[in-house]
Amino acid sequence: MSSENAIDKSIKPASLRGIIARHKRADLLFALLGLMAMLVALAVLLALLGQLALDGIGRLSWQFLTSFPSRFPEQAGILSAWIGTLLVMFLTALTAVPLGLGAAIYLEEYAPRNWMTDLIEINIANLAGVPSIVYGLMALGLFVYEFHLGQSFLTAGLTLAMLILPMVIIATREAIRAVPPQIREAAYALGATKWQTVKDHVVPYSMGGILTGLILALSRAVGETAPLLTVGALSFIAFLPHPPWQPERPFVSFEWIFDPFTVMPIQMFNWVSRPQEAFHLNAAAAGIVLLLMTLAMNALAIVIRARFRKRIHW
Amino acid sequence: MDADVVKAQVFKKAAASRRAALLPPRVKEKGIELLLFLAALTSVAITVGIVGVLAYESFAFFRHVSFIEFMTDRQWTPLFAEPHYGMLSLVSGTLVTTTVALLVAIPSGSLIAIYLSEYAPHQVREAVKPALELLSAVPTVVYGYFALLFVTPALQKLWPDLPGFNMLSAGLVIGIMIVPYVSSVSEDAMRAVPVYLREGAYALGATKMQTALRVVVPSALSGIAAAYVLGVSRAIGETMVVAIAAGMQPTLTWNPLEPAATMTAYIVQVSLGDVPHGSIGYQTIFATGLTLLLMTLVFNIAGHVLRKRYRQVY
Repeated sequence: MSSENAIDKSIKPASLRGIIARHKRADLLFALLGLMAMLVALAVLLALLGQLALDGIGRLSWQFLTSFPSRFPEQAGILSAWIGTLLVMFLTALTAVPLGLGAAIYLEEYAPRNWMTDLIEINIANLAGVPSIVYGLMALGLFVYEFHLGQSFLTAGLTLAMLILPMVIIATREAIRAVPPQIREAAYALGATKWQTVKDHVVPYSMGGILTGLILALSRAVGETAPLLTVGALSFIAFLPHPPWQPERPFVSFEWIFDPFTVMPIQMFNWVSRPQEAFHLNAAAAGIVLLLMTLAMNALAIVIRARFRKRIHW
Repeated sequence: MDADVVKAQVFKKAAASRRAALLPPRVKEKGIELLLFLAALTSVAITVGIVGVLAYESFAFFRHVSFIEFMTDRQWTPLFAEPHYGMLSLVSGTLVTTTVALLVAIPSGSLIAIYLSEYAPHQVREAVKPALELLSAVPTVVYGYFALLFVTPALQKLWPDLPGFNMLSAGLVIGIMIVPYVSSVSEDAMRAVPVYLREGAYALGATKMQTALRVVVPSALSGIAAAYVLGVSRAIGETMVVAIAAGMQPTLTWNPLEPAATMTAYIVQVSLGDVPHGSIGYQTIFATGLTLLLMTLVFNIAGHVLRKRYRQVY
C-alpha cells in the first residue's frame, strides 16, 4: 500500500512525458534498424546482380551460347552445359514427378494412422534437411559403383530427383490438403471409387499448388552443383550427347542417358576456380544465363500460383 | 458416315469397358494403392541408401584409422605421403564459417522479420517478401562467385593483408544467403501470434517496440528458434560458397581471416581429383559425409522438437 503511493508520487507529469518521449524515440530507432536490415539485404541482392551483369554481359553472345568450352576463354561457350542442364532436368522431372505425386497422394488420401505412416512422414521431414552433398555421396556409392550407371546423365538425373523428392512431396501434400472434403464426399456419393475420386477430382483441383511446388523444386535442382560434382561431372565436354531421336522406329533413342554429362553450375564453378581473369568473365556470363533460367522458373511458379488461386473459389 | 464413326466409337468404348471389367474393381483399386504405397516407401529407401552407403564406407575407413586419431589428431592430410586423419581441422573450418554466417543471418534476419511483421505496411511486406525469397533462389555457385570476386576484394580494401581465400567472406555470403530462411520462417511465426495479445499490450500503453520484443517475440519463440536451427543446418551443409571462396586447405584454425577447408569443401576437393574407388582417400569423403550428416541431423531433430513440442496454442 505504501509502496504504491511512493510510485505515484515519484512519477511526476513532466518525467512521465520524458519517459514516453524516450520510449517513442527508441521505438523509432528500432523501426529504422529493421528497415536498414531489410535495405541492406536487398542492397546485397542488387550488388550481386549488378556485379554479375557488369562482368558477364560483355561475354554474352550467340557465339557464347553455341560454342563448346575451350582452353581459350574468348572462344569458350556453354553449349554442352545448357543442353546438359535441360537433359538432366528432363530425367529429374521424369523420376521425381511420379514418385513425389504418388507418395503425396498415398500419405494424404490412403495412409492409415500407424507406425509405418509415422515412419515415412518423419523420414521425409528429415530428408528435407539433409545437405545436398550427402545425396551426392549416396549417388556415388550407389548409382555409380553399385548399380554401374556410370558418371552419366542417368546418375545425375536420379541424384537430383532424390534431392528434390521431399520438396515435391511436401508441396503436393499441402496442395491436396487444401481441397475441401466435400468434394471427395460428393464423388463418393455418386459411387466413385477412391482412385476415381483422386484422379478425377482431388488431383485436378490441386494442380496449381502441385505445379508451383514442382517448378520451384526443379528451379532449385537447376542450380545444384555440389551433389553433381561428387558424382563426377566433367567440366570439359566438347561434344554433345547422342541425339534423343533416331531415323528408324521407335524413333526415340535413350542412348544419351549413359553419356558423360555436364551442367551450367558445374561449368560456372570450373571457370570461377581458374586463376585467369578472362575465365572469370565467362563464369559471370554463365552465371547470368543460369540466373535467368532460375528466375524464369520462379516467375512461372508465381504466375501459376496466381492463376489457379483466382480460378478456384471453394 | 457420321453415324458409322459414332458407332465405331461406341463399340470401342464398350470393348474398353469389357476389358476393364475383366479386372474386378477391387483388385485394380488395391493395385493402385500398392503402387502409391511403394512410391511413398522410396523416401525410406533413399534414407536407407544414404545411411547404408555412408556407414559401409566409413566402417571400411575406421578399420584403417583409429577412431581416437580421427577425433584428436590436429591435422587432416589423407592424400599426403604421411597421412593424418584429424577431423577436427575440417570441423573447425565448418564451425568458423557457420558462426560468421549466423552472426550475419540471425540479427538481420530477426530484425527483418520483426520489421515486416510488426511495422511494415501491407504493400511493403508483399513486395519485400518475394524479393527476399529471391535471395534463396540464387544458385549457390553464383554466391561463390560473388564471395570470391566481390566481397573478398571489398574486404581487402579494409584489411589489405587479407588472403584471397578466407573464411570471413565465405561466411558473410552464406549469412546473406540464409537470411531469407531465418526471416521468413520467423515472420510466419510472429504473424501467427493473435492480434489480441498485441492489443492487450497497446492498451497497457506499450510502444510497438515493447510489444514486439516483450509480447510477440516471446510468444513466437518456438517458431523463431526453429528458424534459427534451420539456418544453422543450412550453413553447415552449404558447399559451393566455401569451396570457391574459403580455399581448400584443411587447417586447424579458429581465425576467420585465414583460408581453411570445411567438411563439404573437402568432399568437393576429393571429388574433383582422381581418387580411385575403394582407396582410403575415397573412404575419407564418406567418413566426412557421415560426420556432416550426424551434425545436421542433430540440428534438424532439435528444430523438429522445438516446432512440435513448444508450439503455442492460443
